[in-house]
Amino acid sequence: MIVEGVGGVAYGEVVEIVTPNGETKRGQVLDAYEDRAIIQVYEGTGGIDTSRTRVRFTGETVKFGVGVELIGRVFSGKGMPIDGGPRPIFEDKWDVYGAPINPSAREYPSEFIQTGISSIDGMNTLVRGQKLPIFSGAGMPHNELAAQIARQAKVLGEEEKFAAIFCGMGITHEEAAFFMHDFERTGALERTTLFLNLANDPAIERILTPRLALTTAEYLAFVQGMNVLVILTDMTNYCEALREISAARSEVPGRRGYPGYLYTDLATVYERAGRIRGKKGSITQMPILTMPGDDITHPIPDLTGYITEGQLVMDRELHRKGIYPPLNVLPSLSRLMKDGIGAGHTREDHSDVSNQLYAAYAEGKDLRSLVAVVGEEALTERDRRYLNFADRFEREFANQSRDEDRSIETTLDLGWELLRALPEAELKRVDPKFIAKYLRQKE
Amino acid sequence: MQTWPVRRGRPYKEKLDPLEPLISGQRVIDTFFPIAKGGTAAIPGGFGTGKTVMLHQFAKWAEADIIVYVGCGERGNEMCDVLSHFPKLKDPRTGESLMERTVLIANTSNMPVAAREASVYTGITIAEYFRDMGYDVALMADSTSRWAEAMREISGRLEEMPGEEGFPAYLASRLAEFYERAGRVRTLGGNGRVGSVTVLGAVSPPGGDLSEPVTQNTLRIVKVFWALDTALADRRHFPAIHWLTSYSLYVDSMKDWWKQKIGEDWKSLRDEAITMLQKEAELEEIVKLVGPDALPESERAVLEAARIMREDFLHQFAFHEVDTYCPVEKQMGMFKIVLEFYRNCVEAAKRGIAVSEVRKLPIKDAIAGMKRLSPEKFQREYKSLQTQLKRQFAELMQSRKALPGGVEGGR
Repeated sequence: MIVEGVGGVAYGEVVEIVTPNGETKRGQVLDAYEDRAIIQVYEGTGGIDTSRTRVRFTGETVKFGVGVELIGRVFSGKGMPIDGGPRPIFEDKWDVYGAPINPSAREYPSEFIQTGISSIDGMNTLVRGQKLPIFSGAGMPHNELAAQIARQAKVLGEEEKFAAIFCGMGITHEEAAFFMHDFERTGALERTTLFLNLANDPAIERILTPRLALTTAEYLAFVQGMNVLVILTDMTNYCEALREISAARSEVPGRRGYPGYLYTDLATVYERAGRIRGKKGSITQMPILTMPGDDITHPIPDLTGYITEGQLVMDRELHRKGIYPPLNVLPSLSRLMKDGIGAGHTREDHSDVSNQLYAAYAEGKDLRSLVAVVGEEALTERDRRYLNFADRFEREFANQSRDEDRSIETTLDLGWELLRALPEAELKRVDPKFIAKYLRQKE
Repeated sequence: MQTWPVRRGRPYKEKLDPLEPLISGQRVIDTFFPIAKGGTAAIPGGFGTGKTVMLHQFAKWAEADIIVYVGCGERGNEMCDVLSHFPKLKDPRTGESLMERTVLIANTSNMPVAAREASVYTGITIAEYFRDMGYDVALMADSTSRWAEAMREISGRLEEMPGEEGFPAYLASRLAEFYERAGRVRTLGGNGRVGSVTVLGAVSPPGGDLSEPVTQNTLRIVKVFWALDTALADRRHFPAIHWLTSYSLYVDSMKDWWKQKIGEDWKSLRDEAITMLQKEAELEEIVKLVGPDALPESERAVLEAARIMREDFLHQFAFHEVDTYCPVEKQMGMFKIVLEFYRNCVEAAKRGIAVSEVRKLPIKDAIAGMKRLSPEKFQREYKSLQTQLKRQFAELMQSRKALPGGVEGGR
């Protein structure tokens, strides 16, 4: 919507629109030049005419009322309660765009979160204050995995205030219902706040939704001292919305029509994870995105990977083999793992074991492609052991049931169990003293 | 206090040729692809290939007096990592805390874009300032792609005519201007001080595709190219610098330094190693087609030795307390032992000894353990490692002399 004859309007300013039949709509200024302003209307432009509609510029950017009462509630993508309850009483009004955290005020994340999933805990450890996305594809069980993580995630040896925030962007009603039911079933709903922007809601609202969720998270973490897990799904829909709005502003498009500032914009979302020195709480982010055409080089997963501290990649081949969770550990990575594991966090041998598992699994997978060409007979004994290792790794280590909560010790012992099948001299990534302690003791 | 316009380079008397390597304590860099004091290097690689860890390793252990680290559009937690870990680490040369010699410039990805465009210039100006005091300065820019994107964003807002992929047409000249501010110079000061600025720029190509404009324009300028390889990173071979695609144009000018300092003909050893790795890559192609059994023993010996080179020399664990920093003397020792192994291996194969026999030698485990030895311990054990290697091979060859033609061992 374009309004003429205005002056002094600001980017991102909130606008109230009253239509001829008395309905109030809200919108946001997208662009302003000379005496005109382009406004994107949240609720759609139906019912707006050119002669009798009134527009009021509020003079402020989007603010959201935050408070502890938000926990256990369900909101729409623009922050209205949709669970039938009253509007929550808020303690403060915060700007949804937040402010960047000064790196020197940050505390380096190093507390291990046990998710109970071997391929995450053992190979790509999640720590408190990390942002670790799940790269998935259409039709893969990323929602199940996210729900399982939200259910099982805990820091060992601590009972602390924990809250989960779920932010759905452009998701279907069924997906939203899946999470609602799952949270209800497990009793997690009372410590969860949901923000649901459904697939048929306007695109501009989708830009707002994660910011509302993160503002709430920041309040709970840094004012209330809670440890907050934020699940953002689906970031691909968010980026599509961004592209739509960029096109509306007639900006010069970057790769694949996405705006050139996609990286910066995504960073303003993802970088709102972390811990602040002297504050008790933390924000851990787990964004989910579906890679268009399973293509990891597509701008959305690509730029996400450059900002987040690692990624968990789902693999269609594993999914077809019936392995759950179908996480392919080779392209997956957790950058903060090195400081969250080892003696005092998990177990002293963790780093060596996971390195060795990585190397051995990579070798086994290489051999698989070789077998496809030359057949298994052509392999040496050593190679056959590796091949077998790769199969067992997928079936026994990566594979687990949807409500199986493995402790980190179980995961590491399972890792040793698999490594035992390889010749001891091949275990080059493991310190000899751990071989003596963990490998030989069982014999 | 001095003030200086950041976009203008500080003056100097004359530029000198880069002759000395900037030792980083990373084997693949110092031995294979060295960078000179006053040189320029680019580290391109997709996400997760270890650009930042590489730069951090450099910032920790490089033999420079001052480190300027520009965190340009990268993660907040990474800057926090530096801030929390560097004060605890000791500079191996001076014994002081590493933070004492480090300047950090932080513009994380969620900070304003206009400041990002300026942050790189701020960094290089600070580096030049210390250079003028006669110090050897190393500047790390992580990452120049974010800087280029900031230029693109600003250029877009100014409604300039875009060039390739929306980047402004002056991208190449800005990059060249920036990298040209590196160098070893005689300063304007009275007593002819010599200082240097070495520039290392990380490049984050979208989708890991090196044909994009920022990488291509950078490669036209820089002298050292450390190509990070996703396949290596996936199998956790770090540093994931690919030994065949990377290059360093300083190899020839560095060879005299090695001769003087270590007294070895480093260049010919290095060439031998690269030839071996090149040969391995060719053989791997064949193996992919027909399987390893089709190769003759002599070629399997090359594969075996190359594997040792990769796993026990090139692979270096950044978070191991000893392996994180490897002094040049130790590097040279390890390098010579691995090469010696290679020569013996090929020789043994020629005499008809199966690779499977070589594989059983206990020296293999000793070689694998070299990384974990502290430099002093390594120097003490170096001679014994060498004699063990010689003896074991001699014994092996002795035992098989009676059976010419070789026995296909139970592989």
